[in-house]
Amino acid sequence: MMEIGLNHYLVLSTILFAIGLVGVMRRKNLLLLFFATEILLNAVNVAFAAISHYYGDLTGQMFAFFVIAIAASEVAVGLGLLIVWYKRHNSIDLDALTTMKG
Amino acid sequence: MFEAVAFYLFAFLTIAMFYITVTTKQALYALTALAAGMIFISAFFFILGADFLGAVQIIVYTGAVMALYAFGMMFFDTTREVKEKQGNKYIIVGLSTLAAVLVVIIFAAPMVSENIVALYPAIDGVGNTQEVGLVLFTKYLIPFEVAAIMLLVAMVAGIVLAGKKMDLSITLINDAEIEEEKNKKVLS
Repeated sequence: MMEIGLNHYLVLSTILFAIGLVGVMRRKNLLLLFFATEILLNAVNVAFAAISHYYGDLTGQMFAFFVIAIAASEVAVGLGLLIVWYKRHNSIDLDALTTMKG
Repeated sequence: MFEAVAFYLFAFLTIAMFYITVTTKQALYALTALAAGMIFISAFFFILGADFLGAVQIIVYTGAVMALYAFGMMFFDTTREVKEKQGNKYIIVGLSTLAAVLVVIIFAAPMVSENIVALYPAIDGVGNTQEVGLVLFTKYLIPFEVAAIMLLVAMVAGIVLAGKKMDLSITLINDAEIEEEKNKKVLS
């Protein structure tokens, strides 16, 4: 147990990012894929807040706000697209999403 | 000392919750674990002195985003299992876990050497919310407004996308033909 430094937060953020990465790579259910994307964005937010704290500069917190805003709009647009897709094909399976294949 | 205890406790809880989100088969468990993980993330913001960010995290994520996802979960009938058919399951799990561990090592290896001392607070004598307001509405005013417009566009786009009658045809065929098409779809 020693003092918590910036490194601890960056390592934690990296671990969370890696968990989200595994989710993005493994998931076939589109809704759960979105959950994994949220994990990625949150991991980045932790790094931003920690850097803001340890360098005494509020820019990191500002960027965390913008990341949250982007996450919110991603949810809105993404769920809209997902609803359209579900109406057409009655499924949210990623394997069925092949209309862009040549 | 207390900071260290809190950090390790919340780090463990957050990692556990997000691990559940990524690995569970049930969408409901994934949603609940994700919401819990978001709340634990806000604990880090409070530890780091970013009080306003922590409050926003709880309000936006566990209030707004989770409500949207809960709506989506109910809409998509996730009780029916999505087949996650993948060639050899162990190879895929092993490779993706290996890739994740490599990412951790690549990013973490240069960081564990030296510590950096905190310089907080940035501006003396005012609270975090006031500081954030000062910086946000002077230095970052234009990005803030652009983010607001982007949220508006996203909201309108979500409504337009979800509200359109896109399942069979837009306007050209009548209801009887739509029914016929639906029956054909069911039969095929």
